[in-house]
Amino acid sequence: MSEKTGKARRGGLGQLLIPLIAIGLLIIFNLIRDPGFFSIETKLNNTGNTVLAGNLISIINGASELAILAMGMTLVTAACGGQDISVGAAAAIAGSVFVRIIRGAAPVTGGTVALAFLACCAVAMLFGAFNGMLVAVFRIQPMIATLILYTCGRSIAYWINGGATPTIDSAITSAIGSFIPGVPIPTPVIIVAIMALLFSLVFRFTTLELFTQSVGINQSAARLNGISPTLIKLLSFIILGICVSVAGSIGVCRLGLINHETLLIDIEMDTILAVAIGGNSLGGGKFRISGSILGAYVIQMLTITLYAMKVPSTDVKAYKAIVIVLLVVIGSPVVKRWFSGLVNRFHAGRAAAVKEVG
Amino acid sequence: MKTRREPLTDTQLLMTITICIFIAMYALAMIFLGGGFLRAQQIFDLLNDNAPLIIVACGLTVVMIGGGIDISVGGVTSLVVMSCVLYLNADGNLFVSMLLALGIGLAFGAVHGLLVSYLEIQPFIVTLAGMFFARGMTTILSVNPQKLTHEGLNAIRSIKLEIPWLGYVAKNGNLIPGRIELGVLIALLCVIVIFLVLKYLRLGRNFYALGGNQQSALMLGINVKKTRFMTYLISGLLSGIAGFVFMMHTGAGNATNAAGAEMNAIASSIIGGTLLSGGVGNVIGTFFGTLTLTTIKKIVVTSGLKDPWWQSITTGAMLLFFIVLQSIVLSRRGKSRAKG
Repeated sequence: MSEKTGKARRGGLGQLLIPLIAIGLLIIFNLIRDPGFFSIETKLNNTGNTVLAGNLISIINGASELAILAMGMTLVTAACGGQDISVGAAAAIAGSVFVRIIRGAAPVTGGTVALAFLACCAVAMLFGAFNGMLVAVFRIQPMIATLILYTCGRSIAYWINGGATPTIDSAITSAIGSFIPGVPIPTPVIIVAIMALLFSLVFRFTTLELFTQSVGINQSAARLNGISPTLIKLLSFIILGICVSVAGSIGVCRLGLINHETLLIDIEMDTILAVAIGGNSLGGGKFRISGSILGAYVIQMLTITLYAMKVPSTDVKAYKAIVIVLLVVIGSPVVKRWFSGLVNRFHAGRAAAVKEVG
Repeated sequence: MKTRREPLTDTQLLMTITICIFIAMYALAMIFLGGGFLRAQQIFDLLNDNAPLIIVACGLTVVMIGGGIDISVGGVTSLVVMSCVLYLNADGNLFVSMLLALGIGLAFGAVHGLLVSYLEIQPFIVTLAGMFFARGMTTILSVNPQKLTHEGLNAIRSIKLEIPWLGYVAKNGNLIPGRIELGVLIALLCVIVIFLVLKYLRLGRNFYALGGNQQSALMLGINVKKTRFMTYLISGLLSGIAGFVFMMHTGAGNATNAAGAEMNAIASSIIGGTLLSGGVGNVIGTFFGTLTLTTIKKIVVTSGLKDPWWQSITTGAMLLFFIVLQSIVLSRRGKSRAKG
C-alpha cells in the first residue's frame, strides 16, 4: 500500500484513485450485504489437493485473462492512441493452435505443452504484427485496422481445428487451468503475477516505457528525437500478441476444450474498459499498467458481486453499465476540475479567514 | 459555367471508389453467377434485409464525421425491437409504439451526448456502457423470443410496394413482381434527409468542421459541445427508427436481434469512405458501403461456399482491401489525416 501511494504521488495524484475507490466501495458494499463474503477457506478439490476457495479467490482467479490482456492493451493504447478490438478473436486463434498441437502429440508431456505454447505465441505474435503493420505502416486507426481480425478471427480459429470443439485431457493442462498439485493458489493467478513481474522488469531495464509514452504523446517529436514510432507501435502490438497467447492458453486449459465461438467472447470490450477504469487515457500517452490490472479486478469483482446477488447472467450487463457510467463520471475531466476548484476555493476561504483573524 | 472545376474532395474521392467497386462487383456477379443476380429482386432483397443496418450506419456516419464513435447502435436497436414488440402484444397503440421507439433512441442519444460532450468522457467507453445497458435491458425485458401478435402492425408489415415491370417470371410461368418493404422507403428517406442535413444545413457543415479540427471549429465560433451532442442525438434517433424498421421486417423480438450490428455499421461507414478520425464522410457512400458489404456475403453464399466461415473471412479480406486502399489513396494525396 505504501508503495502504491508513493507512486501515485510521483505520477500526480489520481490515476489509481478511481480503481482504488471502486474496489473500496465494492468491498464495503459486499461486507455490509454479507459479512462473510470475503472469507477464505481451504478445501480439498477433486484431485485431492488442498486449495484456497472463496469469493475473493474466484474474483482474482476469474480476472486472470482479463488482467493479462489489459496489460498488453495498455501498451497499445499508450503508443497508438487506439485500441485493439480483435484480442478475443486472436485469443481464439491462439487457443486453437494450442489445442491442435497438444492433440497432435499422443503422450502429452511438459515438452509438448511448452512447444504448443511457443507455437501459439508465435501465431499470436504474427497476427499482432499484422495489426501493428496496418496501424504503424499504413497509418490506419487501430480500431479500424483490428476490425478486420475481429471480423474473421473466429472463423480462422474454426478452420484450424476443422470446425470441431476438441477437448484436451491431460494432467499438465488442467494444472495450468486450475491448480498445480501442492500449491494452494490457482495457477492463472501465478501466471498473472509472473506477467506483471516481467512487465515491470522490462520497464525497469529498458527504455520501452519512456519511448512508448513519448510516441503516444507526440509522434513527430518522438521521431525528431530518434525514436522510431513505427517500431514502437509494431512492438506494442507484438507484445499484446504475447499477452493474447497467454490468455488464450489459460482460457483453453481452464475449460479443457476449445470452442472458437465462445472462448473469451466479448473480452475486448472488458479489456478496453479495464484500461479506461485504470485511469489511462484512451487517447494515448502516459500510462500505468498497474491501473489497468486494478481495473480488470474491479470489473471482475463487480461481476461476481452481481452473481452473488442472484442477478441472472444475461442481465448482468445492464447493472454493470450503470456502475461503469458512475465510475467514468467521477473520473471525468469536468468533475475533476469542478472538484479541484471546490478544494481550492475552500483553501482560499480558509486562508482569507486566517488573514482576517490575524 | 464560369466556376473553376474543383478537384474531388477526400469525401467524394473515397465515395466514388466505393461506388465504382460496388458496380464492378455486381456486374461481375451478374456475368459469372447469373441466376438471382440478373433479377432486380436481388437488390430489393438486399435492401429489405438490410434496411435497419442502412439506418444505423447513417447515424454512425454522422457520429464518425464529428470525430466520435457510437458502438451502442446495435444494442439500442435490439432494445427498441423488444420493447415495441412487448408493448404492442399487450394491446398497445401503434402510434404510441412509434413514439416509444423514437423516445428510447433519443434518450440513449441524449445521455451519450451529455456524457461525451459536456462531461468530456471518452465516447468509446460511454457508448460501450450504453451497449451493455441496452443489451442487458433487452434480456431483462424478455430472455425468450417474442412473436408479434398485434394485428394493426402485422397488416402494415404485409404492405409491400410492388413493381410489376421489375419482376421476373417464375418457373411455373407466374409473373412475380419486384417487392419492396416499407422499411426500405424509411431507410431511403433517412439517407436522403441526413444527406441534405450534412450538405446544406449549417448544423451539418458544423459536424464536418468539428471532426476536421476541433480547435479551428471553436475559433470559428461553433458551439462545439452542442454540435457534438447533436451527433449522438441523431445517431440515437436513427437507432430508434432502425429498431422499428427491424421489427417491421422480422415481426419478432429476440435478445440477439441486431447482434454485431455496430461492427457491421462501422464497416459499412468505412467502406463508404468515412474516416474514424473525423471530418471526412458521406451518407451516400455509407449507403453503398452497406450494399457492398451485404452483396459480398450474398456472392459468397451463391458461389457455393456455404460454410459460415467463408462469409466472415471474405468480409475481413474485403475490409482489409478497402482500408489499405483508402490509406494509400489518402497518403498519396499527401493529406494523410489519419494520424495513428
